[in-house]
Amino acid sequence: MSAPVSAIREPLITGSKTYHQITEDLVSPTEKAPGLSWIIAFSVAAALATFGVFCIAWTIWFGIGSWHLNRTIGWGWDITNFVWWIGIGHAGTLISAILLLFRQKWRTGVNRAAEAMTIFAVLCAALFPGIHVGRAWVVFYFFPYPNTRGPLWPNFNSPLLWDLFAISTYFTVSLLFWYTGLVPDFATVRDRARGIRKKIYHFLSFGWNGSAKHWQRWESISLVLAGLATPLVLSVHTIVSFDFATSVIPGWHTTIFPPYFVAGAIFSGFAMVLTLMLITRKILKLEDYITLAHIESMNKVILVTGTIVGVAYLTELFIAWYSGYVYEQFAFFNRALGPYWWSYFGMMFCNVISPQFFWSRKIRRNIVWTFFLSIVVNIGMWFERFVIIATTLARDYLPSSWSFYKPSWVEIGIFTGTIGIFFVLYLLFVRVAPVVAIAEVKSILKSSGDQYSGANAHHHHEEAVSTDNH
Amino acid sequence: MAKATKDVIYGLYNDEEVLMKAVKVANEKHLEIMEVFTPFPVHGLDPLLGFEESRLHIGGFIYGSLGTMTAFLGMTWIFTKDWPVIFGGKPYWAVPSFIPITFELTVLFAAIGMVVTFYIVNGMGPGIKLPILDNRITDDKFCIAFDKAHIDASVAESFLKETGAEEVSSKII
Repeated sequence: MSAPVSAIREPLITGSKTYHQITEDLVSPTEKAPGLSWIIAFSVAAALATFGVFCIAWTIWFGIGSWHLNRTIGWGWDITNFVWWIGIGHAGTLISAILLLFRQKWRTGVNRAAEAMTIFAVLCAALFPGIHVGRAWVVFYFFPYPNTRGPLWPNFNSPLLWDLFAISTYFTVSLLFWYTGLVPDFATVRDRARGIRKKIYHFLSFGWNGSAKHWQRWESISLVLAGLATPLVLSVHTIVSFDFATSVIPGWHTTIFPPYFVAGAIFSGFAMVLTLMLITRKILKLEDYITLAHIESMNKVILVTGTIVGVAYLTELFIAWYSGYVYEQFAFFNRALGPYWWSYFGMMFCNVISPQFFWSRKIRRNIVWTFFLSIVVNIGMWFERFVIIATTLARDYLPSSWSFYKPSWVEIGIFTGTIGIFFVLYLLFVRVAPVVAIAEVKSILKSSGDQYSGANAHHHHEEAVSTDNH
Repeated sequence: MAKATKDVIYGLYNDEEVLMKAVKVANEKHLEIMEVFTPFPVHGLDPLLGFEESRLHIGGFIYGSLGTMTAFLGMTWIFTKDWPVIFGGKPYWAVPSFIPITFELTVLFAAIGMVVTFYIVNGMGPGIKLPILDNRITDDKFCIAFDKAHIDASVAESFLKETGAEEVSSKII
């Protein structure tokens, strides 16, 4: 049944696994007591998250004046963090949806964790618009519902409202896609469990029993959800970029923003997937499922998207000069040589220069390098959003309102708090759910297991079939 | 739920390729298979079992169209009839700026509708218990089950053993 696979294609599952061994390897982390490294990581993340919640409460109590935002710079770290987190989420959908449509088998090793990352990142992102409006207790005014205030409706022509719809849709669809993928694996956990664990996983697995008809529908729905999620993920960061591009601020009002934001989102998202997966595979001992082949593939995506982002930066500079429009020219001059010059050069170094190391196959397959560069890329993409937002706002049309902005401890605390929330959720996820999609990995075993394909294949698969024929 | 119980005889296979051959043999002998259970989607099994293509995507299209209409007609009604407001000199009925929300709601309705339909037609949901013949089916066993009401138990048993089932058992579900 397995499709013919080229002999030179690298195996995606090493260690000559059997189906049972796959179950054993991937379910056992949820069955054991957490190790010391998990407890330490969880405590640090929980501490950051707690301080973040405290800072959010502080913001709601005292108002967003506590962030050092001012009349000129109305968007600071808050929206920078929002765009950064949303961008990180995009890689999860790219892996689970776009790579499914392209039938890329290596996605099976990382899609579950990447989708979880998407959901947690979108949660962290959604926090920022919610609190940055100031009066967080009336934030439900965003939603169009028949109300007693007129009824007064939100402005459907506003990109900020489009953003609300884009992000809530994105979160919902990602959650449905992720959970539907998890159901068969929860059933696997359930069928090995006893007592209260069995009851919990029985509830979570929705009664899945592996019926062939259910699998057929499951594959059908996965494919259509992937088909829906693909334009959705492109639309989400396009709409996020509209928040800027539809304004009249020089440096924001550019048509290059949608593709450039989407490429940047995928770029930063893959970096975050790599950061997470390199740690996860080490701690949960998943080296047989997340192989160097997986890491290399992701590094290639980083190289391509990083280069697209670099081309976009240079195009922006060229167009600013070529337009002959002094305000646009000044905006870019100010980005590179103005008060925030260090963030512009940080961005250029981290996003354009650092991924170029991945032209080397040795570096693409080197775990230490990959880990280091993935963090550099994440820092760079944060700088990019900061450059676009704060640098541009600091120098607008009217020199008398030029200003400078430094975040307060509250704003920094909220940012580190979202990192804490993100890791708390991720660490809980690795404890309760299989981090690698068990059923999907089993389904590629016979085409991508190292005993069936690649240099060390020893064709015991034909032997097994012929002995059954006697 | 008072459901009629079934007396089922089933065999467990170790490999999906052996299972597929067995299903082919069953088709040749015109044995009526009740269900096949596998730990992962086995490609090529659906046509052998005579499954038609799933119609979930048709449902998805209908739900999606519903979302398109809800968004577009809703915004049209709000901004032309219920409470017209001029924003930035645009016409009341500013179609281009309705497109992003229309697209998002199309996707949202299609996704939610399809997922809900998927669980309903499967008879699945939080806390629902469907018959599980063997705990190892979600691990590494591939199972063919026959309903004893439709097939002679001895015929089924000999078929399962001949086609390479490692274990044959009966169960009332």
